Amino acid sequence: MQMETQIKPKQRMKRSRINRLKYGEYLWGYLFIAPFFLGIAVFYIWPVLQTFYFSFTEWGAFNKYSWSGIDNYTKLASDKSLMHAFQNTLQFVICSVPLTIIFSIIAATLLNQKVRGLTLYRTLYFLPVVTMPAAVSIVWKWLYNGDYGLINYVLSFFHIKGPTWLSSADFVMYAIIIVAVWMSIGNNMIILLSGLQGISSSYYEAAEIDGARPLYKFIHITIPLLTPTIFFVTVMQLISAFQMFDLIFMMIGDKSMVIQSAQTVVFLFYKYAFIDNAKGYASTIAIVLLVIIMVVTAIQMKLQKKWVHYE
Amino acid sequence: MRTQSYRISRKSKVLIHALLIFGAILMMIPFVWMLLTSFKTLTESTQVPPVIIPKSFSFDNYAKALVSLPFKTFYFNTIFTTLMKTIGQLLFCSMAAYAFARLQFPGRTFIFLLCLSVLMVPGQVFIIPQYMIMKQLHWIDSLQALIVPGLFSVFGTFLLRQFFMTIPRELEEAAKLDGCHYVGIYWRIILPLAKPGLVALAIFTILWSWNDLLWPIIVNTSMQKMPLSAGLAYLQGEHFTNFPVLMAGSILAVWPMIIMFLFFQRYFIEGIALTGTKQ
Repeated sequence: MQMETQIKPKQRMKRSRINRLKYGEYLWGYLFIAPFFLGIAVFYIWPVLQTFYFSFTEWGAFNKYSWSGIDNYTKLASDKSLMHAFQNTLQFVICSVPLTIIFSIIAATLLNQKVRGLTLYRTLYFLPVVTMPAAVSIVWKWLYNGDYGLINYVLSFFHIKGPTWLSSADFVMYAIIIVAVWMSIGNNMIILLSGLQGISSSYYEAAEIDGARPLYKFIHITIPLLTPTIFFVTVMQLISAFQMFDLIFMMIGDKSMVIQSAQTVVFLFYKYAFIDNAKGYASTIAIVLLVIIMVVTAIQMKLQKKWVHYE
Repeated sequence: MRTQSYRISRKSKVLIHALLIFGAILMMIPFVWMLLTSFKTLTESTQVPPVIIPKSFSFDNYAKALVSLPFKTFYFNTIFTTLMKTIGQLLFCSMAAYAFARLQFPGRTFIFLLCLSVLMVPGQVFIIPQYMIMKQLHWIDSLQALIVPGLFSVFGTFLLRQFFMTIPRELEEAAKLDGCHYVGIYWRIILPLAKPGLVALAIFTILWSWNDLLWPIIVNTSMQKMPLSAGLAYLQGEHFTNFPVLMAGSILAVWPMIIMFLFFQRYFIEGIALTGTKQ
């Protein structure tokens, strides 16, 4: 109080002006984020909480639901379809992610050699990325056709009798992995290529003075300096691989005989939630998937210290 | 010494091109096969050994696809929803990104991190409640259902915020001295300087919106409100084994994106590269 009275009128005016400016900035800050934040809160943040709540409920007709405690969670372990789906998803992730990353690194490294026709190659490799997965699925389904498919026809040149890919329980997952890798090379290749272009040429010049061979340079310079980018694409690729849906829905479908060997967790989630109307149980699966993705990402963050080099 | 190193590099150049061409062929075969099959007759498509080049390039399969499904409606639905989502995201994301990057207000960091945590969550976690919201609003089988949840994007806001952070502050300070207000700074200084970021976001939104399948098949089951992707799924149900018609339908669904990519290639590539560097 005493302090207040000591402030000269001029100073007080200045202070209130500063306050007004400050509150003005607050107000504008909230106004600017308001539409975005309201949308995110309604369509994303609140739904996370709601799905968590739904995971403890059971759903009946007309989307009526009632509290069922941890029933859904105890049901998980005895659900054979779900265990299959987890196995399939894991197989898909373990095969498709490393293959995608390896082929993307190879393609990016080759394109980084100042080759002629770089733009043309880049365009061709990137084309699958912009093509609708629904359409991609239909084409590959035709390529994989056991009787009239192009793939088995090409295999017959080598005297190999191709399997009936998409209707064979043993091959269906590999068939899908091939398509997934084909679809995602372009995207990762571009990110890795921009990572490669960020590597300073002085490293290579120094190595050349020492007479290093190309392969030596690749393993001892390129790869270590590219690890931050490799880490980034691996994290992103893993997250999206865990959510594989489109290809299964379009290429295999619910009515297929081999769906047990092909359905992923997200496909099963879709089936439970929107075909069987078991939205409570489906929510439980979504929550489990969330936990798995978080754990896997956290493990990667921990492990990155061991292999990612930051300059 | 010199000539030898030249010879090696020449040899390796041939090897590099051989590998790249082999890869390019593998990438292109499905597209070539899609195009060729779309012109074949049904009997041509089921011959053993396969007919590579159809006898006559007839558009019968395209006509069949166009007759059996309302492709005109599909095009309209896809283009309209894609346009709306893109405009919405550019506006809302850039506004929020400006506030997060430049303005001080209590709770800024908390709100930002809260939104960012959404990025980690797989889409399936939102879908059931989002579907319930659409149901309560009586928006099932409507274009709003396709548009409204897609107007807001954490990814977009994060991308633009990172981009805005790289813009030097001096320009704004000068504008502030000239009496320019926050709205003016955002609209007349930040947005024009952030064009590459905005273009990148627009391209991602267009691509995702055009190709998205899961959400459309959940909320819109009536043919009048389907986008192309869901329409293709439907076409597959109708012409289960008639692959020439299915290929024609696929071509009808993918050509706009491919043409757009060929024209705006540079922006696609730069946009993708941007996500890798702006971590």
